[in-house]
Amino acid sequence: MLLLSEIRELLSSEVYVGEEHLSETDIKFGCASDLMSDVLAFSRSGAVLLTGLVNVQTIQTAFIADISAVVFVRGKRPADDIISLAKEKRIPVLGTPYSMYEACGKLYAKGLTSTMEPAVSNGFQARI
Amino acid sequence: MVEPFSQSFLIEGRNFLNAGKASTEIKSILKQLGVNAAFIRRVAIAAYEAEMNVVMYARKAKMTFQVTPQVIKILVNDEGPGIPDIERAMREGYSTATPEMREMGFGAGMGLPNIKRNSDDFTIESEVGKGTQLGITINIS
Ligand SMILES: Nc1ncnc2c1ncn2[C@@H]1O[C@H](COP(=O)(O)OP(=O)(O)OP(=O)(O)O)[C@@H](O)[C@H]1O
Ligand SMILES: [Mg+2]
Repeated sequence: MLLLSEIRELLSSEVYVGEEHLSETDIKFGCASDLMSDVLAFSRSGAVLLTGLVNVQTIQTAFIADISAVVFVRGKRPADDIISLAKEKRIPVLGTPYSMYEACGKLYAKGLTSTMEPAVSNGFQARI
Repeated sequence: MVEPFSQSFLIEGRNFLNAGKASTEIKSILKQLGVNAAFIRRVAIAAYEAEMNVVMYARKAKMTFQVTPQVIKILVNDEGPGIPDIERAMREGYSTATPEMREMGFGAGMGLPNIKRNSDDFTIESEVGKGTQLGITINIS
């Protein structure tokens, strides 16, 4: 588990929404995808979502799946409609200059676990 | 005990501006009704996947949302092309999403399987050239 404020530090993040809640938001899991149905299938409530998909659907998906925070990777900046929806839904939104690969690696190295079971424990089958 | 509630929504095909509005509203209503968060999450995911399928593939649909103390039901009745092979459409990874839809984050071919997984009871019927009906039931008692 990491605090969102620690994630901000680890990912050298800019904060677009939710600055005031970073140090009181616990993040239990990490998940990363650009496909929203994958997020809906494999995320869990209390996860941070790392994604390169910067649109309104990303925020809506996060709201639907009880995602605790969204991080846009590779320096992609959200437009105003994305920011205002995130504010309305109270979903913190961050941006990191790192690539998806690097950003995931940094969080994983600090012990943030996946929302999915390790593939080796279930014969390389995605656990659903 | 959860108060009975029901509401219908009209969903317009191709209207990506409003896509997801019905499901996010359903989620907000369930929160107000005090339904357990784990049930809300399942209902919201199923409703959202169904709503996005209407937006992407159909002309329009009526989504009916019913809450009783025992169950939550979502019925989606669309006018659209229908699904020629339901068994294939239900398979994880099968998708006819266009490149534009994929750019918006859709087309994993996970939507219908996600709906089924989050439902206690799931029905799907479709007639080619007419439309598709989904029945989603989640037990909450
Ligand atoms: N309401 C519908 N009307 C017509 N065809 C549909 C409808 N819903 C689904 N389909 C067909 O079934 C396929 C599988 O649907 P499903 O929701 O599982 O995946 P998807 O929408 O392609 O991708 P994803 O849901 O992962 O974004 C679709 O690609 C489409 O061909
Ligand atoms: Mg779908």
